[in-house]
Amino acid sequence: MSQSHRLSTGGSIDRETLVDFTFNGRPYKGHPGDTVASALLANGVKIVGRSFKYHRPRGIFAAGAEEPNALLQLESGARTLPNQQATRVELYDGLSADSVNCWPGPEFDAMSFIGLFHRLTPAGFYYKTFMWPASFWKYYEHFIRHAAGLGTAPTEMDPDYYDKMNAHADVVVVGGGPSGLAATLAAARVGARVILADDQPTLGGWLLNERREIDGKPASEWIATVEAELNQMENVTVLRRTTAFGYYDHNFVGMIEQRRANVSHGGCTSRQRLWRVRAKQMVLATGAIEQPMIFADNDRPGVMLAGAVRTYVNRYGVQPGKRVCVFTNNDDAYRTALDLFDAGISVPAIIDVRPDPSGELATEAIQRDIEILDDHAITAVQGSKGVAAIEVMALNKTGDGVTGTVRTISCDVICSSGGWNPAIHLHSHSGGKTVFDEERGIFLPSNTLQNETCVGAAAGIFDLARCLVDGLEAGKVAAGGAGFKKSSRSKPPSAPEEDESPARLLWVVPTTQPLGRRGKHFLDQAHDVTAADIHLAAREGYESVEHTKRYTTLGMAPDQGKTGNISGMAVLGQALGFETLGEVGTTTFRPPFTPVTLGALAGRDIGVLMDPTRMTPMHHWHDQAGCNWEDVGQWKRPWYYPKPNENMRDAVNRECLAVRNAVGILDATTLGKIDIQGPDAAEFLNRVYTNSWQDLKNGCCRYGLMLGEDGMVMDDGVTTRLSENHFFMTTTTGNSASVLEWLEEWSQTEWPEMRVYFTSVTEQYANITIAGPRARALLSEFTEDIDLDPVSFPFMSVREGTVAGVSARIFRVSFTGELTYEINVPASYGMSVWTAMMTAGDKYGITPYGTETMHVLRAEKGYIIVGQETDGTTTPQDLGMDWIVSRKKDFLGRRSFDREDNRRQDRKQLVGLLPDDHTKVIPEGSQITSSQQERPPLGSRIPMIGHVTSSYYSANMGRSFALALVKGGRKKIGEGVYVPLADGVVRAEVTSPVFVDPEGAKIDG
Amino acid sequence: MANTYLRQTPLAHLHLDARAANEAADATTGVHIGERLLLGMINLRGQRSNPDFGPAVKKVVGAALPGVNETSGKPEGVHVLGLGPDEWLIITPTGEEADIHANLERVVGEFHTAVTLTGESMTVIRLAGAHARDTLAKGCPMDMHPRVFGPGQCAQTILARADMTMHQTADDAYDIIVRRSFAEYVWTWLEDAAREYGVRVITGLR
Repeated sequence: MSQSHRLSTGGSIDRETLVDFTFNGRPYKGHPGDTVASALLANGVKIVGRSFKYHRPRGIFAAGAEEPNALLQLESGARTLPNQQATRVELYDGLSADSVNCWPGPEFDAMSFIGLFHRLTPAGFYYKTFMWPASFWKYYEHFIRHAAGLGTAPTEMDPDYYDKMNAHADVVVVGGGPSGLAATLAAARVGARVILADDQPTLGGWLLNERREIDGKPASEWIATVEAELNQMENVTVLRRTTAFGYYDHNFVGMIEQRRANVSHGGCTSRQRLWRVRAKQMVLATGAIEQPMIFADNDRPGVMLAGAVRTYVNRYGVQPGKRVCVFTNNDDAYRTALDLFDAGISVPAIIDVRPDPSGELATEAIQRDIEILDDHAITAVQGSKGVAAIEVMALNKTGDGVTGTVRTISCDVICSSGGWNPAIHLHSHSGGKTVFDEERGIFLPSNTLQNETCVGAAAGIFDLARCLVDGLEAGKVAAGGAGFKKSSRSKPPSAPEEDESPARLLWVVPTTQPLGRRGKHFLDQAHDVTAADIHLAAREGYESVEHTKRYTTLGMAPDQGKTGNISGMAVLGQALGFETLGEVGTTTFRPPFTPVTLGALAGRDIGVLMDPTRMTPMHHWHDQAGCNWEDVGQWKRPWYYPKPNENMRDAVNRECLAVRNAVGILDATTLGKIDIQGPDAAEFLNRVYTNSWQDLKNGCCRYGLMLGEDGMVMDDGVTTRLSENHFFMTTTTGNSASVLEWLEEWSQTEWPEMRVYFTSVTEQYANITIAGPRARALLSEFTEDIDLDPVSFPFMSVREGTVAGVSARIFRVSFTGELTYEINVPASYGMSVWTAMMTAGDKYGITPYGTETMHVLRAEKGYIIVGQETDGTTTPQDLGMDWIVSRKKDFLGRRSFDREDNRRQDRKQLVGLLPDDHTKVIPEGSQITSSQQERPPLGSRIPMIGHVTSSYYSANMGRSFALALVKGGRKKIGEGVYVPLADGVVRAEVTSPVFVDPEGAKIDG
Repeated sequence: MANTYLRQTPLAHLHLDARAANEAADATTGVHIGERLLLGMINLRGQRSNPDFGPAVKKVVGAALPGVNETSGKPEGVHVLGLGPDEWLIITPTGEEADIHANLERVVGEFHTAVTLTGESMTVIRLAGAHARDTLAKGCPMDMHPRVFGPGQCAQTILARADMTMHQTADDAYDIIVRRSFAEYVWTWLEDAAREYGVRVITGLR
């Protein structure tokens, strides 16, 4: 198909090269430098999609990020991207795109009948319908999602990758238009590190779309000169195709860089990069967004923004139409008329709502014999699938009605311009305030909360010469603010003076009928919100602009209402009878400015890189032994080691029996280890633990309980006195970091006078724990210099010496009740000592065991696990551990510990449970009741008296058992309680929490 | 007996020697990455305000106590990283840490100090090349621009989701000190981040 609407000259496209692409399956041709939108227009494609709610045909409306209609499903399969604005997608060879909300296609759409029922679907109709019966919502929703849809998310894994980059700059300039380029130059010339981000593939901003001169030459030459200078400077980073999408606290800016225009295949770089930029100073040169006139049926394909039309003519060499009318309330749109005329395109009329427009631009139009219908308005658009003609009438004196006769002018494109509004989104993200300029009808940036300034069009300066001066000055000031005070003499480039007459604010263009009766005045084309919808919302009592936005969904589509919000607020203000738009206020701008893919936010934090996997020195031995893993924080710990054909219970039973009857070996490296040194170390421990530490002898270990300030159990572990002023603390795996923080907090903020230091040594040592009656025999093969006799090396003591030729520290502690040696060797030796023990242990029946067996064995002994038997509301009294709480000293949590409530006898107390059914393992977390009833009688409740905290099958006892927290549990020992489960009620007897070897006879083997 | 027991670095299972032998670096290699094997480390706490403390340490270590984020000594020999106002990391060639540890304890033991061996809990990944800084910048929010951070400086910061102590050893070279349990994660992350620049494994680093 030929490019029927491509002008024979002009534009910055590469006319020598043709690229092929398809849209809705049909082949087209375009040129490098095109966007999909410009290429579609060049091919005469009028209808690009259907609207969100009414399925009305829609065409390309804008030329940038403000586009509400032309959303594409770009590419297909795993690389597909939904809801891409055709105006922002660069054309590449082989590109394939489809419309998003129509079937079978935008020309004929099966859902378009919905438009006939528009009276049934007013503003807020979601809230008004589908309310009954509520259970039917799932059926309604299915239909609504299908009917009112956007693009579809890919269902396959994304084969491309996305990454992130952190960056810092003295000055960050957002926007590469005249002001942004000038600011960048000024800041860079005095030596500041500058990052310039621009969302286009080429610098120049709006200058690319216009016929302007700087220093007496075409603006493109000035841009090239500036770009060349910036390229020479090592302190300047220019990011093209990069959108600053969010501006956060502490001058932190999020940007998305499109690293490859062609997204149909992979590459060695990431597809997109998320830049996380910290700026000392921000210069926002984000330009302005043109607002349309709100007239009846202003959504017909062929109605376009005036600035967009001249962008297509000047930058892409495309004529969007053959006969183009201009409808405006300001002078700037005359430039479009002039550019069209000069490109040989017929301009039948400029319809201007202002009486007697004057000024240079109007004069130029008159010189070209373009008819100007002043004080007139478009009252109707003829043609449903595209503009065929317009009906024009004179406005009455107040502008709220029309008079006289109708004049019909045939045309295929209407350029609509309601004036330019500064793009203050980023300024607003940063917390900056806005002020409404009543005269010009635009929102301007006012107070800033961060080191930020808006320049050029973003600050409401639309005159090119002033934009350049403003940019240079802002760049200099920003560099100065970042510490670069050197004065620079950048002579501002010159541009012709512009003299524009003021606009006439006419928020809704009247027709011969009341609003909503003849034609629809669309405010938000992306969400099909009309001026009548806003009036309806106002009649229904909506006064706040924020509420109205949510009720009508104004500005909530992917384009975020960039061309509809301001008119929408004005219409609300009119409906509520406010004098000025300033009284209505604006909705809050929130990031992102344009949609950001989740892939870019995830970056490389996916797959194995999603979160670190912490590995012990023996990790790969466990892996090869085929263990199943348990995640403990970021650590991987062996859970159990199944042999072929063993299930979990078989494996755990075998491991449990081996530890009780022979010897087991456990990797306990993950236990937290804190080295504590200093003359006040013992006193410090005295304060953080509930029991006494001053009297602990050198070489001895002691179990300790830590309470929070609330008197609740926080952590437990064994701490050893290595020498007078040197202790070695162990913590639970999960709490190792928080316990160290706890110690540091008290040391640094409350007791800085205490002479004590803490050093984490968790990973310094591999902890190889051997437990069981044959542990001594095994260990004796590996050490000659440590006497293992239980009298000289008793329980709860430490010895230092050599194990397997490696310097080691052995702790005789026990979490199983069996004779246990926790052997600490330097981490780098962990693997070889472990494998040596496995080899030598074969004859003793050595069995590696995991965390599940460890849990069963400790529960058989009634040893708690903090975080399992405790939940932050559990006191030492509840656990029956008052014995470890000293009455003679103060410690953290002491005052709370003594609270009366903590002494109540009906608190939940730790007890054992033995189910009547020896094979039944009660699920952990099950609630406990004192009643056998399966279901309470209607209207009554069976009180819960506790819950199961740990529950296992014990191979040693040949039966199931559990630990539980039960109200007044210790008094209930011997009584029966009930656990209602989905498959019936389980009865269990309350017992002591110690099930195995209560006298501790096995501790010495 | 001791000889039969081998020390393993945290990245031993990645067989980096074999990879280095198979992948020759060329002019397009933007990043060189390798593990410095089994360096000794001593974490030192103490009070700089004590006038005898610094000189006592220097006598044993051979390098002065650097300020915060500064280093002293040569990266190939015994060198000291200033981690905080009262904390230093002494890094030694393999095997030299035990004597220095013992001597330090003897010399500064009378002051309020803590001298703790920590080398086993860490590993050092050397990252070098024209794009070493770009690679780190993908995961480290700290400003590493030459105007701000340069050779001889160190910092405790983060790399992606792991803590790291970073020591810039030359214009384009960094020692990344990470906990051994995070070593494989950090290595995998770095190789992944460096992929677009061309990355090669170097071996034999001490």
